[in-house]
Amino acid sequence: MVLLSLLMNEILEKIAHAYRQDGGNVITLLQETQEAFGYIPREAIDYFSTELNIASSRFYGVATFYAQFRLTPTGKNKITACCGTACHVRGSEQIISGIKRELGLADAEDTTPDREYTVEKVACLGFCSFAPVVLINKDVRGKTTADAIIKEIKSMRKK
Amino acid sequence: MGPAGIAAGGRLVLEAFTSALARTGVQASVKENCSSHQVGCLGLCARDVLVEVHENGSKTVYQYIKPDMVERIVDEHLVGGTPVRDWLVDEAYENFYRKQMKIVLADCGRIDPVDTDAYHAVGGYEAARDVLTEWLPDDVIDEIKSSGLRGRGGAGFPTGLKWELGRKARGNEKYIICNADEGDPGAFMDRAVIEGNPHSVIEGMIIGAYAIGAHQGYVYIRAEYPLAIERLKLALDKARRRRFLGSRIFGTAFDFDIKIKLGAGAFVCGEETALIASVEGLRGQPRAKPPFPVHKGLWQKPTVINNVETLANIPAIIRRGYRWYASFGTERSRGTKVFALTGKIKNPGLIEVPMGITLREIIEDIGGGTESGKPVKAVQTGGPSGGCIPASQLDINVDYESLARVGSIVGSGGMIVLDEDDCMVNMAKYFIQFTQSESCGKCVPCRVGTKRLLEILERITTGHGRMSDIAKLEKLSAGLKATSLCGLGQTAPNPILSTIRYFRDEFEAHIRDKKCPAKVCKGLLTYSINESACKACGACLKACPSSAITGAKKTPHRIDQSKCIKCGSCFEVCKFNSVERD
Repeated sequence: MVLLSLLMNEILEKIAHAYRQDGGNVITLLQETQEAFGYIPREAIDYFSTELNIASSRFYGVATFYAQFRLTPTGKNKITACCGTACHVRGSEQIISGIKRELGLADAEDTTPDREYTVEKVACLGFCSFAPVVLINKDVRGKTTADAIIKEIKSMRKK
Repeated sequence: MGPAGIAAGGRLVLEAFTSALARTGVQASVKENCSSHQVGCLGLCARDVLVEVHENGSKTVYQYIKPDMVERIVDEHLVGGTPVRDWLVDEAYENFYRKQMKIVLADCGRIDPVDTDAYHAVGGYEAARDVLTEWLPDDVIDEIKSSGLRGRGGAGFPTGLKWELGRKARGNEKYIICNADEGDPGAFMDRAVIEGNPHSVIEGMIIGAYAIGAHQGYVYIRAEYPLAIERLKLALDKARRRRFLGSRIFGTAFDFDIKIKLGAGAFVCGEETALIASVEGLRGQPRAKPPFPVHKGLWQKPTVINNVETLANIPAIIRRGYRWYASFGTERSRGTKVFALTGKIKNPGLIEVPMGITLREIIEDIGGGTESGKPVKAVQTGGPSGGCIPASQLDINVDYESLARVGSIVGSGGMIVLDEDDCMVNMAKYFIQFTQSESCGKCVPCRVGTKRLLEILERITTGHGRMSDIAKLEKLSAGLKATSLCGLGQTAPNPILSTIRYFRDEFEAHIRDKKCPAKVCKGLLTYSINESACKACGACLKACPSSAITGAKKTPHRIDQSKCIKCGSCFEVCKFNSVERD
């Protein structure tokens, strides 16, 4: 059994408690875990499995099914590129390849080795009339270009 | 202010107005009449930020407003009495709205979305009051049946009939669920309704619950819509505080409340049985139908699931009567439909039109034609379950039957305009890439079939297509349509079949000639550097992942074709248009 830090233990306890109160929804439990830690840590699943007497595979089954859940930590900064149809026809692919090129990420990679940046694709954010759309952390950049995003990343890196 | 409006600076403009008014409000003449409200989405995203000034019954509309323009509007117009002419909307703005008919979006952009008093002032919750205090559930069902309202999520199932089945289903524990998953890429109608008028959806659910006999409702909303979730939460709180939800609503014996359930990023959860599985906390995998959710749904109890837009129509239909609603649209497609018009169009945004309007009217009169002035090539409707309508068919009526006849569907409302710079084979690949990655994996036809369809399209778009591929795509597609467990697999082949039907020549060019006429499919393009235009800046050299570019400083660079992997990076980074492709 891995020893959890006191703080992590406290957070997980709260989530497990809420699970019992709300009639037990694994998706909600995982969403709250990801909200707290930025991803679903292995230790969290072990904790819940023991505390709630549910097989780990059940949690993994749900966590791997839904696109929202991550099993690895994200970078400090999250760049989310929308790949919906409207964004696609307005060049989302070029934007993504440009961002990855700037950050030195290969096709299959999504987080820089220094854990500063994660690049994510999302199916559709619903801002279609502002295509192409990129989120830098929670800030929306509509009608954007690869150059504009690269410029912003460069200035973020300088700081 | 929808999020696009917020992205364009809507919140900053609102703040600028608030502080400017506070500043000038010191002068007695403007004190009482000025207040600024935030409203929902006005629909014409292209002209963000739109600002409406209402004074003594007349309305002036400004467009493209930025925060630094607010001072002048306040000083010259609000204080000085003279509108700033240069910043007013023009005739094109009027044209955008002229052919629209707003029912669902009627109050979006007119009222504060969350405030119950604002909703009440435009007749909100009066329909629910009437229904709960004076109508029988069967009266409600008859009214909705007579209106001809069909499900707006895409399937177009008659809503009144669904509610009747729900009413007749045996069991005293029933549920009503609002499907706010809106997974189609390119669709944002439901998002705008929940952000712009969440109470209309709540009221629709109250009426629906009463009609079928449910006491618990859920709104299943996708996690990618944080603003909609926030506004819905606030609206529900306010509705509860005003006793429109809870026990003994309007003093009757009827109890009803609504919980929010968040999605977690799965397109398949828009399918009703997968949605139910997700609400139950499981992997969102569909279940065989029959039994249909209306008989065995959430927790195996009778469940009615309706789309956001469908529910938002209910209060208006009850208030104004089925005859009024049925006076719009066509005989078998009554009422209006909200569409998200995007892509290569001059006026992208949300529109609401009577069913039966022609596609040409939508594209040219409302949309203003293509932004570039290039001719329309096709219009994609129905998202990943739909098809493309070629330019030759622009005069068709937009309704359920007509679109089905040309091989597409109305779908949830996404409408993407394409021009000659879009490759139809690439579009087919794009959609199957999407459905393949969203396939839940439960049934073999979809899990394996979408993968095989994608592989064939990947070969075609990278120059390894074979002439037998087209027939193979058609045969595989027929198999998926006939045998997949749910709508995702059953409709995944539609974009492929539709593009083969109308753009077979593009497929043949990719396969036989190894060419992409629209110059989109990178693997079929040859990249070369125009030596007279090259400025030898080295950008392409640095960007090339396969070291295929050589060139010292001051010498024009050159691409070694034997090393070139056709990724297109050099084309993307060259600032001098020296990299050519063809």
